[in-house]
Amino acid sequence: MFHPETIAVVGVSLTNDRHPANVIYNKIHLRYPVKVYPVNPRGGFLQSNRVYPSIGDIPSAVDLAVIAARAEFVEEILKACIEKGVGGAVIVSGGFAESNRTDLQKNLVCLAREADFPFIGPNCLGIYAPNRFDTFFLPGERIIRPNPGSVAIISQSGGVLVDQMVKFSEQGVGLSLAVSIGNKALIRELDLIHHLDQDPDTRVIALYIEGFEKNEGRLFVETVRGIQKPVIVLKAGKTAEGSRAATSHTASLAGDYRVFSEVLAQQGILEARNEFEMVSFCESLSCYHRPISGNIGIITASGGHGVLASDACTTHGLSVPQLGDADRAGIRESLSERLRAIASLQNPIDLTGSAEDDDFVAAATGLSQVPGIDCVILLLLPYSPGISSDLGARMSYIFRGQNKPLIAYVPHHEKYRMLIEGFELNNVPVASSIDGAVLMAEALRRCRPC
Amino acid sequence: MLNLKIEEILIQAQKSGWVMEPEAKRLLSMAGIPVPALKWIKTESGALQAARSIGYPVVAKVVSPEILHKSDIGGVVVGIDDDARLSEVYRRFSAMKGFAGILVEEIVTGMEMIVGAKIDYQFGPVVLVGIGGTGVEVYGDTALRMAPLNENDVSSMLSSLKGAALLKGHRGSQPVSISALIRLVMDFSALVMDLSDHIESIDLNPVKCTRDKCVVADARILLPKP
Repeated sequence: MFHPETIAVVGVSLTNDRHPANVIYNKIHLRYPVKVYPVNPRGGFLQSNRVYPSIGDIPSAVDLAVIAARAEFVEEILKACIEKGVGGAVIVSGGFAESNRTDLQKNLVCLAREADFPFIGPNCLGIYAPNRFDTFFLPGERIIRPNPGSVAIISQSGGVLVDQMVKFSEQGVGLSLAVSIGNKALIRELDLIHHLDQDPDTRVIALYIEGFEKNEGRLFVETVRGIQKPVIVLKAGKTAEGSRAATSHTASLAGDYRVFSEVLAQQGILEARNEFEMVSFCESLSCYHRPISGNIGIITASGGHGVLASDACTTHGLSVPQLGDADRAGIRESLSERLRAIASLQNPIDLTGSAEDDDFVAAATGLSQVPGIDCVILLLLPYSPGISSDLGARMSYIFRGQNKPLIAYVPHHEKYRMLIEGFELNNVPVASSIDGAVLMAEALRRCRPC
Repeated sequence: MLNLKIEEILIQAQKSGWVMEPEAKRLLSMAGIPVPALKWIKTESGALQAARSIGYPVVAKVVSPEILHKSDIGGVVVGIDDDARLSEVYRRFSAMKGFAGILVEEIVTGMEMIVGAKIDYQFGPVVLVGIGGTGVEVYGDTALRMAPLNENDVSSMLSSLKGAALLKGHRGSQPVSISALIRLVMDFSALVMDLSDHIESIDLNPVKCTRDKCVVADARILLPKP
């Protein structure tokens, strides 16, 4: 159901072009390399395409059904899907457990379990697979569409998911798959993690989670422990506490969120405290796949930026070790003559505003060769006249040569786009702030499998 | 793996919803967790005899299914030196609501730690270790992990505490036996895994630690609401 060649959209309206089912039908029909069939019991034609009265009337096999009909009709539609041998369904429709119709939802689950039929939802946006297909009932021109890449997102909230896609796009993070699971009646986080573990396009798995069922959290951490891809979690609902807190010290000290957070940390699952951390962690872990111990070398063109970055490293549990005399002498030797006299080669290395591309390359190469340094943060201020747009691409070769991750900070302005892309297209993460760059390094230190 | 005697203690406690201290300690000691020498006595003369056999000074605590927080109402007296003082305490306790006897106990000293567990809705049994005593919730210096715990888990929990340096002996104070503490927490973790369907939370607070042993000075086991 994640690689469909044929999709049926059930519940299209013959009269209302803005009906969610029509939005989904149109976008798949016009923009994706997938054969799509509209379904409505009344039959007829939609934009001169035949509308099938039932899913059973569709002449070819159907890999995925997108169901956007009223809640009370969904059970019958699901039966038709099962009978036809459809590969799976996304149930977009609301009006189930979230509106106190647990009964309707239970019926769907029973039916699907018995037939071993997978479905996502109900009450969800469903699947977004960049350049392949999506089931979001949001017009394509309204959403920000990240490029294909290696990060998969699973989200209980459709709204948060679409917003994360905006952030991913701004930050140049590519997406392998995004799934909004809504009421997660049948397919839940764990099922998708199993799928994504096997998915060759996915390197990093990111989740937005509101809560687990009884003991599902334990199953979640046990599952993730067996997976060789980094898992990042953003948890919502951090303040709710247990009710019998007053009678037991342990219960009062171990509130629901604290348990969640500490158990995830214990298992090496990366918890992002907010959206900003989420995007930073995803970007860094999609580029680099090996953990670091956390000794950071910093290169800057401004003393102040160097100090701010050192402070941020300390706050985030990273260290910025001093360089030995021999290492410093080696790096100084490699700089241009003009710079040798003025550059400060403590860590952070301050190349000053007079530095040019060659100096940055020389300093980063030298710093990457220092055995005690396992990651380099490069603070680039493109308004320095010596920096050219080629620097990003040149820098990316250093990682490939030395195998030490390089993280850049470049202010994200349209004007600097070419410099930024020089890094990003060559798989070097670029943060839009100093803190962002430090968070990217923190992700490499904290993740268990990278 | 729950043995019959432990099961019996839990069944007995169902009515009040929690296991009273003497029974909680009996349960712990069956699981190999060190508790002080103690006697649960229902007569004054028996209490005096118990104190003499344990050896003065002793601690006395009221036992009552209706009193969960003993020290809040003066139900704990430490440093009782002789028969006269113990008799006086016994008479006072016997007037307390739900009086079911007196716990006469050997005095244990040492650094105060907390070892606790709760059955979390999402993650099941979790174990907490930290700097204990009455200020435990004020300082909140505790580490928390999903059970069962192995030796490395416990060891890294202890070193993650802000007060980790206190365990090693700080400015002339005695260090505590880390190996005894790790042993206790691991035995506790195993017990909690066995009891996970029958309990809601357990507080061992304080656990008193010295350079050669760790002993549970107070214990409270809360059962799930039926």
